[in-house]
Amino acid sequence: MKLSILHVALAAVAALCASGTETSAAWEPVRPVEFIVPAGTGGGADQMARTIQGIVTKHNLMKQPMVVINKAGGAGGEGFLDVKGSSNNPHKIIITLSNLFTTPLATGIPFSWKDMTPVAMLALDEFVLWVNAEKSYNKVSDYVDAVKKAPAGTFKMGGTGSKQEDQIITVALEKAIDTKFTYIPYKGGGEVAVQLVGNHVDSTVNNPIEAVAQWRGGKLRPLCVFDAQPMGYDEPIADGKSWKDIPSCKSQGLDIEYLMLRGIFMPPKATKDQVEYYVELFKKVRATPEWQDFMKSGAFNTTFLTGADYSKWLETEQKRHEVLMKEAGFLAPGN
Amino acid sequence: MEELANLFHGFAVALQPYNVMLMVVGIMLGVIIGVLPGLGGANGVAILLPLTFSMPPTSAIIMLSCIYWGALFGGAITSILFNIPGEPWSVATTFDGYPMAQQGKPGEALTAAFTSSFVGALFAVAMITLVAPLVASFALRFGPAEKFAVYFLAFCSFVGLSKEPPFKTIAAMMIGFALAAVGLDSITGQLRLTFGITELLNGFDFLIAVIGLFGIGEILLTMEDGLSFRGGNAKINLRVVLQTWKELPTYWMTSLRSCLIGCWMGVTPAGATPASFMSYGIAKRLARNGKNFGKGEIEGVIAPETAAHAAGTSALLPMLSLGVPGSPTAAVLLGGLLIWGLQPGPMLFVEQKEFVWGLIASMYLGNLAGLLVVLTCVPIFAAILRVPFSIIAPLILVLCAIGAYSVHNSTFDVMLMLVFGVLGYLLKKCNYPLAPLVLAIVLGDKAEEAFRQSLLGSQGSLGVFFSNGLVSTIMVLGLVALFWSAIQEGYSRLRTAVA
Repeated sequence: MKLSILHVALAAVAALCASGTETSAAWEPVRPVEFIVPAGTGGGADQMARTIQGIVTKHNLMKQPMVVINKAGGAGGEGFLDVKGSSNNPHKIIITLSNLFTTPLATGIPFSWKDMTPVAMLALDEFVLWVNAEKSYNKVSDYVDAVKKAPAGTFKMGGTGSKQEDQIITVALEKAIDTKFTYIPYKGGGEVAVQLVGNHVDSTVNNPIEAVAQWRGGKLRPLCVFDAQPMGYDEPIADGKSWKDIPSCKSQGLDIEYLMLRGIFMPPKATKDQVEYYVELFKKVRATPEWQDFMKSGAFNTTFLTGADYSKWLETEQKRHEVLMKEAGFLAPGN
Repeated sequence: MEELANLFHGFAVALQPYNVMLMVVGIMLGVIIGVLPGLGGANGVAILLPLTFSMPPTSAIIMLSCIYWGALFGGAITSILFNIPGEPWSVATTFDGYPMAQQGKPGEALTAAFTSSFVGALFAVAMITLVAPLVASFALRFGPAEKFAVYFLAFCSFVGLSKEPPFKTIAAMMIGFALAAVGLDSITGQLRLTFGITELLNGFDFLIAVIGLFGIGEILLTMEDGLSFRGGNAKINLRVVLQTWKELPTYWMTSLRSCLIGCWMGVTPAGATPASFMSYGIAKRLARNGKNFGKGEIEGVIAPETAAHAAGTSALLPMLSLGVPGSPTAAVLLGGLLIWGLQPGPMLFVEQKEFVWGLIASMYLGNLAGLLVVLTCVPIFAAILRVPFSIIAPLILVLCAIGAYSVHNSTFDVMLMLVFGVLGYLLKKCNYPLAPLVLAIVLGDKAEEAFRQSLLGSQGSLGVFFSNGLVSTIMVLGLVALFWSAIQEGYSRLRTAVA
């Protein structure tokens, strides 16, 4: 508590020192903005939120300080319910991951994205199929053969969380290959990657940023990316290969596409001016070199959507998740 | 020898005046964070992380890791003086540290705690310096089954060890398991035992329980004792430090054992909390004065503090070399590394030599600086006990309330803390030990998770816990610890029978 006061004070000093204020918008925050992360410290959403906080502070993009608060309880439900219950509070924003769709479906916690005001899609996180580099499969077809040969249920897939994005992809893979995996849920993506390096699981669908270090260290091998086309980053990462050299799973005969939302929402009943303010803020964040470096390090898909386009995208994804979760049998009783 | 050359280069980086300044600032902030119950190293580092965004990465990690060392040191202060653990890993320090303070020996207890922390950290850094790559590959062998075996060992070294009947220990532990089960079941993704109450989505936070059980419970007990606060005759001069130092080398065996336990738990990565409990439990078994543990034995302070600090320090190794944080604070630091554009993993030691060795050098210097800072403050800390109870008790209450609130910024947690306080008082009155309950809340859901992950992987066969040399060894150690008193009794009977 003391420290957050200290932090607010320090940030306020930093803000005062800033010279040359930006063009004034119709609405501006008049007190510190809470940036809710519906996940634990150290995970992907948390890293992104703290990067944004750092960029906003460093470039003086906001006159008021931004404070990151983790509310991870109930697979993020705690954070979403907090925002849902903060009507008319424009000093609160939340960053989302796929649990925006999966948590209410899997746990029955009462909220949906329609209970909040959509602000912007910042980026989409890719998913890559990884195997241990010691294994002999170099192509998707080798992998599929190995999976098919193994007795049903003995091939272990590691992933983050239960009934969330990683397991949804696993179920889609099961359908595409017509087999059964044993899915083992872990707490965080980094841990999943290390379990794969230690051969405690047979494959994973880690996000690029979670597994890139092990790829560069020659411990893991990417087979394909669950996107419509290969990723756009052509800087060599390991063995002269870049993200761009990883084929899309679709081109390898696994017709699965899955991307995870990294988007921003506000509490219900936010006014147009307030939403506009944050949209402009995030446009400025996206223009900084730090943000671009961050996007590159995680091989993110940098699609940026706001307004009606964003809502339409959310609507489609919501329906898709309902279908995916229902087919997989992940719906909470009563949903 | 290349390591040593790198290390000296690292010292040159860490000793730049700017970095030394950051080091001292970090230690000071860390001690404050450690003293405030509930705030915790992870929260403190997370809050300060954005401030370091514009610093060079090496300076940034030096400051943040010094906050971490400071918090490790600071956690011991309130545990010893007021029986309120500032950090989870300080719980075991209260068992003997608080009785020592009540007997008028807070200076001795604090000195022993700080010095052993330093020894533990030094041992762990030396290990990181010399055998980093080796240790990293050992950590890779830990899958779910091995992790469960480690937790199993931690639990077993506690049952049958306390003065209370083993069944009371088990009962207290079961209450802890029940509390740990509340919240999201991470294997099925379903909510458990929340009864639709939003505040329970997160389960019972360990820190809230500890602040209530120990801090509030203790105040209630003291009030019943007629408001007497038995620390008034505390010696408050620096000579205490030197006198305690003369005594410490006699406990070298306990220190060494605790260092090893700490490093092992930090690397695997189980973390500082199980390390401190396990080290305390084993010291109690093996020490000559083991029977006096819990009544103010200095060895009972040395064991958990050494192990906690060794574990806290070595937890940084898997973070740097594998990208897996060994503690919540390490998890936040990991996020920091990524923000500064450094990719933790096998290549970090090769590509970012200056950063890695600067950090390692700052571990030596930061801990030394930390020790000097906290030792000079021992008389001041000890003097706090001379303040009359009627003044200090409300202050502790406020401190506890702030701590409980700051865990999740929630007033519900403050109420919960009071409920736990009453529970702690009742349990103590009925002679139920609190430590197993706390241990179960901290490790209960982790142990459950590892257990179920192992069984998922083995398709339900319990054989997975004896499937290789490593996991079987740890499991057998656990079983031996569980039935230690029975084994000992059988052995002595056998001897008398033979004689």
